[in-house]
Amino acid sequence: MRITCPICGERDRREFYYKGHAVSLDRPAPDAGEEAWDNYVYLRENPAGETRDLWQHEGGCGAWIEVTRNTVTHEITATRLVSEAKS
Amino acid sequence: MRFSGLRVLKEGLTGNKGWKPHWRDPEPKAEYDIVIIGGGGHGLATAYYLAKEHGLTNIAVLEKGYIGGGNVGRNTTIIRANYFLQGNSEFYSHSLKLWEGLEEDLNYNVMHSQRGIINLFHSDGQRDARARQGNMMLSQGDDAILLGRDELRGMLPYLDFDNGRFPIYGGLYHPRGGTARHDAVAWGFARGADQRGVDLLQNCEVTGIDIESGKVKGVQTSRGPIRAKKVAMVVAGRSSQVAAMAGMTLPIESHVLQAFVTEGLKPVIDNVVTFGMGHFYISQSDKGGLVFGGDLDYYASYAARGNLPTAEHVMEAGMALMPMIGKAKMLRSWGGIMDMSPDGSPIIDRTHIDGLYLNCGWNYGGFKAVPGSGNVFAHLIATDRYHENATRYQLDRFRTGRGIIDEESKGSQHNLH
Repeated sequence: MRITCPICGERDRREFYYKGHAVSLDRPAPDAGEEAWDNYVYLRENPAGETRDLWQHEGGCGAWIEVTRNTVTHEITATRLVSEAKS
Repeated sequence: MRFSGLRVLKEGLTGNKGWKPHWRDPEPKAEYDIVIIGGGGHGLATAYYLAKEHGLTNIAVLEKGYIGGGNVGRNTTIIRANYFLQGNSEFYSHSLKLWEGLEEDLNYNVMHSQRGIINLFHSDGQRDARARQGNMMLSQGDDAILLGRDELRGMLPYLDFDNGRFPIYGGLYHPRGGTARHDAVAWGFARGADQRGVDLLQNCEVTGIDIESGKVKGVQTSRGPIRAKKVAMVVAGRSSQVAAMAGMTLPIESHVLQAFVTEGLKPVIDNVVTFGMGHFYISQSDKGGLVFGGDLDYYASYAARGNLPTAEHVMEAGMALMPMIGKAKMLRSWGGIMDMSPDGSPIIDRTHIDGLYLNCGWNYGGFKAVPGSGNVFAHLIATDRYHENATRYQLDRFRTGRGIIDEESKGSQHNLH
């Protein structure tokens, strides 16, 4: 599997660290309540198909990247910087 | 049909014409008392113990593929009871005791082999941690022996004791640990359940779960609708998809774990050896193949195959630990889909839907749990009370933060357990 870093270009998967689903970008307010925090920390849609997850180009530029990826075929259809995903 | 030495002899002398299929292939009935979704090891064991210990036999096990074709046939067959935390400790101890009586109980040769497991350590700090783990295993009533370098060298002379990065200081030896033939475990439980009247429905994929007014009514399947008073989901690897049919989102992320086997060799590795620092473990099957594996590929995946960087890493770790295996030719590799939970421990619980039960989140440790999981899950389904050895596997421990069972204090990121 190869991942396209928006800054460095297409690189070997071994240069990247996997964090988990992109739900990590939607941090709830501290007082959002038990359900919101359960959704954020623990619960996962966990689709068999297209998903969005977070990777860091730790062996390269260090950027955090949102990757749109298929969990069945491992095909990657889009990558963008987390700073763009959040804006 | 009972198996015995005499029977094998008789069949051998009469052309092996008397053997019968080990279970029936029934048509689905319109209604059952209990429907178990998932004909893997855990689902079959659940059906078996429901019938054997609770006298409940109006049960169907629904399997979308064939018996033995899922994760129960895709693991590395290791059995152990070396957990540390309360919750896991008593559960895996219970499961190991069931393993020890399993072949007589099932009248089936599952090739259970208590060849012992050795967890290596490589520093003074790791020795202390293993000693502490061993004490916990002793206190739960199981066995553990702390081996020093010289004792270990006598047992496993082929290890690279003076490895530059991870010199071997010794190992924690768990003599009652070992392996079993995983296919035979599935077949044995299937046969045992079938003999007691349980219907095993293969090629029967669940496509929907019927719920009315907060109570489960049955399931929709590729072989037609089936009504049921109780429905149990035991589908580790596909838990999120099946639970979604009941409107539930689970604290599970699916990951692929690879395993490898070499060509058959003469006996060379007598025990199960784990090299945690290299993410590598190995045993030798009775057929002679070296069976080994490593860690997850580390990204969410439903592909039942792995990626090459992980394969390369596992091979490197194996070569670092035991250079002798470098001459062996690798025969094949495969991947299994793991339900990774946020604390590395499983979930065995009721759900918020009346009559709907959940068994999932086995991470990469489901095989050794097969008898224990089936036994305690059957108890929960039959009595609606937790079994005394599985009181802490509640689903709501994540939402409430009460009773998290995180063996290695790795936090909530699913793939780190």
